[in-house]
Amino acid sequence: MTEPLKRPSKKNPQKRTVLPTLPPHARSRKALAFTAAAAEGVLKLQQCAACTHITYPPREICPKCWSMDLSWVPVSEGGELVSETTLRTSINTHFRERMPWRIGTVQLDAGPSVLAHVHGDVEAYSRVRVIARTDKSGQGVMMALPEKETPNMADDRQLRALTCDPKFRRVLITDGRTELGQAMARALADAGASIVFVGIAEAWRPYAGSAELAGIPGVEIMPLDITDTISVEELAGEIGGKTDILINTAEYVRPGGAMERDGVVTARDEMEINYFGLMRLIQAFGPGMKFRGADGDNSACAWVNLLSVYALSNWAAFGTTSASQAAAYSLSQCLRGELAGSGVKVMNVLFGPLDESWRQPLPPPKVTPKRLARTVVESLQQGLENVTLGPVAEDVVRRFREDPMVLERELTQIQLG
Amino acid sequence: MTTKKNILSDIGQALLSGEIDTIDLTHTLDPDFPVIVLPPEFGQCARFRVEEVSRYDERGPAWYWRNFSCGEHTGTHFDAPVHWISGKDLPDAAVDSIPPDAFVGPVCVFDCSAESQADEDFLLTPNFIRKWEESHGKIQAGSWVLMRTDWSKRSGAEYLNMRDDGAHTPGPDADAMRYLIDKRDIRGFGTETVGTDAGQATHLSPPYPAHYLLHGANRYGLQCLANLDKLPATGAILVCPPLKIKHGSGSPLRVLALVDRSAP
Repeated sequence: MTEPLKRPSKKNPQKRTVLPTLPPHARSRKALAFTAAAAEGVLKLQQCAACTHITYPPREICPKCWSMDLSWVPVSEGGELVSETTLRTSINTHFRERMPWRIGTVQLDAGPSVLAHVHGDVEAYSRVRVIARTDKSGQGVMMALPEKETPNMADDRQLRALTCDPKFRRVLITDGRTELGQAMARALADAGASIVFVGIAEAWRPYAGSAELAGIPGVEIMPLDITDTISVEELAGEIGGKTDILINTAEYVRPGGAMERDGVVTARDEMEINYFGLMRLIQAFGPGMKFRGADGDNSACAWVNLLSVYALSNWAAFGTTSASQAAAYSLSQCLRGELAGSGVKVMNVLFGPLDESWRQPLPPPKVTPKRLARTVVESLQQGLENVTLGPVAEDVVRRFREDPMVLERELTQIQLG
Repeated sequence: MTTKKNILSDIGQALLSGEIDTIDLTHTLDPDFPVIVLPPEFGQCARFRVEEVSRYDERGPAWYWRNFSCGEHTGTHFDAPVHWISGKDLPDAAVDSIPPDAFVGPVCVFDCSAESQADEDFLLTPNFIRKWEESHGKIQAGSWVLMRTDWSKRSGAEYLNMRDDGAHTPGPDADAMRYLIDKRDIRGFGTETVGTDAGQATHLSPPYPAHYLLHGANRYGLQCLANLDKLPATGAILVCPPLKIKHGSGSPLRVLALVDRSAP
């Protein structure tokens, strides 16, 4: 069993903060398909369309039949650890700082044998479950886990390097005025976060659930209005150095397209919260988190953006909101680029219609705030970077990947019935 | 040699000597200062915001300046007649066309602080005004009238005092407004609360009587005032010029009062 993680001690103010260093991160363009799948927590390998052979590492040509028709497919995570070793020295700075480090070769049920990080609870020559995740460099790697859950398994040092487990971490939830923000606070507190800072804008306006929110153990209410640069900077000045996970729950949603609207006041409000709000948070909290990506067991580790799936392709019924979400999604990609190499993951959760008042007339299926909160916690625990939630979002994402132009026609055609 | 009476030079001397005191009736434009909250389907009042352009840095090495944004009705502000539907077609009814003499003039202050403390939904009535006139004399035509409630001393959620059934703050009733406009010909009416009307004024008849009646009669409003407790009931001069915004419905502004300290 894994030694349970101890609550990190207070930081020694005389010690220099350990800066992030990176595991080997060069990948071919082909291999990025593995990384993209790993970011969603899916183990994908190349399969030859001609002979069905599954191959690894990534190649241009099938090593068995020389066909060039290789495509990435999800494969079974099952396998057997056939050899293992514990590294005690390395020429790579990142691993030198983290010795000893367990690695091994796994014979996958899918065919290939692969080199993988090995969890401390895996017994020699046993059956394993091989997960694909992104590592501190943002590239896809594999890790062999015990086939069955073991006590405190998530606390394994090597596994925790791939995940963003909220346990003992300090979380900032940017908007606690909504049901979503409050469900998120509860879920993060339940997941063992040591502090859950919850931003509240305009305390001069009462909001439902305020007493219950303040009563959640570990929750600290902080003044934060992401439309106000001064407010964001003031909070970052206070807690920016101990924000390990930032979850942006602020959203502004209004039905209607551009022509239906009279003027740009509402559209500006959408951009103020969905786009400029995110930008203010990035400018105020980004540098501190980027600096603290290797700062011990409660290092900065994740930035979570919750986005409507219509960020991918505009839905005119919520047309201008979709546009602001598209802007936010693009900015989130920018953030991922700027945080690359820091060890802080950017997690984008694309969700279908949320069960809240502005989407009240929409038919089911909808995503409840509780479900979204639970998914965020589970995805952090798994170390995912791209998450799709709800049947509507899954459908849109699938169609987007099939052909974004067809999806665009579908969402903009004359509505039937 | 004849001595010609020079009022302005006397005032200038009194200002310099401190006989006339200048009182600031304005709240600071602060991003977190409450604004009126309408039902969410309606357009909302923009909050006061600032964004730095440069601060002695690479964006401008020797100077500090910012952009600010807000609504015409953010913070301590002036309401022009065109703000309300009842005043939409009146002449000279926007902030840029109101005659400038409207912005400087004598002011009467009704002290409703005790009543408002006892009843957060306190309504100013003609009866209250008549009683006030018994002690302080008849309101002079063309005066500004301010309703002191000490509401400006409240902060946070206490200020808007919003509950599930809306805001609970004092204000005038319709008859009080009719009395002030029709019988006393006032120039404008000002309050310490977020609007010239009471928090529950949507349920009065007509709804929002201060807005409806004042602006329908081409009179002006001031709200979110402060320091009214520092003013005498009569005798002070109010100075309240709004920004000259083209066809503006109102404007944040600095409101000052001149108070004669030598008065008995």
